[in-house]
Amino acid sequence: MAGKKVRILVAKPGLDGHDVGAKVVVRALVDAGFEVIYTGLRQEPERIAVAALEEGVDVIALSILSGSHIPICQRLKELLVRHGIQDRLWIVGGNIPAEDRPKLRALGVDGVFPTGSKLADIVAFIKERVHERAA
Amino acid sequence: MNVQRKPGPSAVRNESGLEIKPVYTADDVAASRLAEPEGGDGIGLPGEYPFTRGIHPLMYRKQPWTMRQYTGFGNAEDTNRRFKYLIATGNTGLNVAFDLPTQCGLDSDDKMALGEVGRVGMAIDTLKDMEIAFDGIDIEKITVSLTINGSAAILIAMYLAMAEKRGFDPKKLRGTAQNDILKEFVGRGTWIFPVEPSIRLVADTIEYCAREAPLYSPVSVCGYHIRESGANPAEEMAYAFAIAKAYIDLVLKRGLKIDEFAYRLSFNFNIFGQLFEQVCKFRAGRRHWAKIVKEDYGATDPRSMWLRMIAGGGGSGLTIEQPENNIVRGAYYALISALSGAQTVALCCYDEAYTIPSEYAQRVSLRTMQILVEEMGLTETVDPLAGSYYVETMTNEMEREIARIMADVGRRGGIVSMIANGELQAHVSRQAYLHQQRLESGEFRKVGVNCHRVEEGAPKVEMHPFKSEDTERQVRRLNEVRASRDAGAVAAALAAVSEAARSRRNTMPAIVEAVKAYATVGEITRALEQVFGRYQEPTRF
Repeated sequence: MAGKKVRILVAKPGLDGHDVGAKVVVRALVDAGFEVIYTGLRQEPERIAVAALEEGVDVIALSILSGSHIPICQRLKELLVRHGIQDRLWIVGGNIPAEDRPKLRALGVDGVFPTGSKLADIVAFIKERVHERAA
Repeated sequence: MNVQRKPGPSAVRNESGLEIKPVYTADDVAASRLAEPEGGDGIGLPGEYPFTRGIHPLMYRKQPWTMRQYTGFGNAEDTNRRFKYLIATGNTGLNVAFDLPTQCGLDSDDKMALGEVGRVGMAIDTLKDMEIAFDGIDIEKITVSLTINGSAAILIAMYLAMAEKRGFDPKKLRGTAQNDILKEFVGRGTWIFPVEPSIRLVADTIEYCAREAPLYSPVSVCGYHIRESGANPAEEMAYAFAIAKAYIDLVLKRGLKIDEFAYRLSFNFNIFGQLFEQVCKFRAGRRHWAKIVKEDYGATDPRSMWLRMIAGGGGSGLTIEQPENNIVRGAYYALISALSGAQTVALCCYDEAYTIPSEYAQRVSLRTMQILVEEMGLTETVDPLAGSYYVETMTNEMEREIARIMADVGRRGGIVSMIANGELQAHVSRQAYLHQQRLESGEFRKVGVNCHRVEEGAPKVEMHPFKSEDTERQVRRLNEVRASRDAGAVAAALAAVSEAARSRRNTMPAIVEAVKAYATVGEITRALEQVFGRYQEPTRF
């Protein structure tokens, strides 16, 4: 890991067009020294999984504000397993009600950052967890 | 008069970057005045050019603003029931939310529609759904606004076909479609086709409505979402005007005269932010738009020069923390709209950071507006802030700033080019990032977020229930319609849509025929996409 930049895929799955948050997070991650690949809008779970595999990312970050996070994450989970990349750090941000957070964690999501989360907390979480995994 | 002109220890600026002085006097008003093409002080009277004080002489004294809450979820039956509830509680207009598949031109059984059917709005696949949604609603009495963009040409065609089927004369039908695709590339994101064919479709709808449904407002140009995406208030207005001019220029090329369609263009602006900056933004914008339409385009009909607008929302001003505070923010936002002379107001609900608004939250928003009308005396006199040294000075300065930004857009190659190459999106999202940093550092104060916080558990918010049966129900109806329609007629109508797209003719007549044959939103979109292709998002930062 030493010297290699942590690579992060930031993806907007589904049809939700609210990308203010995703783009703000991309800038914050770049400023924090990560290498970031942003997919743009309307990504099918299939494309996200393939992009994560091909880009060899360490972190998969999804931004979902439409409320469709459960079906999308269920589908993505299957695909991550199929591609053998379920070990990547997986975080989800957006409009995520409190009662859905345990459900996402059960699907293998490592961190949930609902609307209103601080950029510094997202950056710190990724640094700490990626470091733990590398250790 | 001895006026203290030394600035304070540090300059205070509004969100648009204009300095705010501690005290204003008549000298500030005079010093900030713009050159008025027709002379005068630029203030004038309501209902008279340049319309700084309002587009009508009596404004709310004659008729309060239209109260038009944004609604739609599930299928057409669910939404029809909520529409009837809203009308019964006193809404005077409807503002229709469509689900994302409908907005993106997909049928409910499309693979990309997974988990999205009926979620953020009503699912519409065919004319049948439109018929059910408005069943029993007098659409001549209650005006309907369709919040639809990428697939707007199809949904406008469906709305007009539904009205015609029910015996309403399209020539007398009022209503609005958002249909502002350029802003979708900046914020909101329900684009389908590349930029050029997308704006051609907007011009097609404007031209078609000017001839076939002359009272219908085919476009509501939105500064709103650009502001939500990070633009400041002056930019919000300037970018919206630049976009409106892009549409006007296209329609003029079709041979229509400015006075044949400009009077049906309307606008949608945001109301969150500082009260005086917002009020001045609207007054400045009204005056500046009137000058653009009259001076740049040579309009002679005063109605063409009116900045008719829905002012509302304020979603980005609301907080997920202490959501009940959003009721108070909503009241101030409604006050801003009332002091700004908006024609229509829609308020975001206090629970909107969490969920599709509950009936209860929608009633609170509606009552907020009704209290202003019934109890606060806000409708009795027009533009009550006129003549305030501060308001007139800041109105002048906001107008100058709007003009400056528009000139800058011109120097950068124009709004269409800036959007097509992603320059505007990058600029706006950079500002959103800076704003977030100021919010996190505490430089930009937000109650409950970075000051006056309380440690509390998750607040009690009634969540909108989602059922997987919603998708099944909708897909079942879609299949029923597909099975019962004349397949040959549908195929011919869809071929005609592609043919119209390929030609230089207006696509609307063919789209209307396809809709009447019960072609689906997805089928018509694909017929257009075969010719137009799909938008590829520039992801530059």
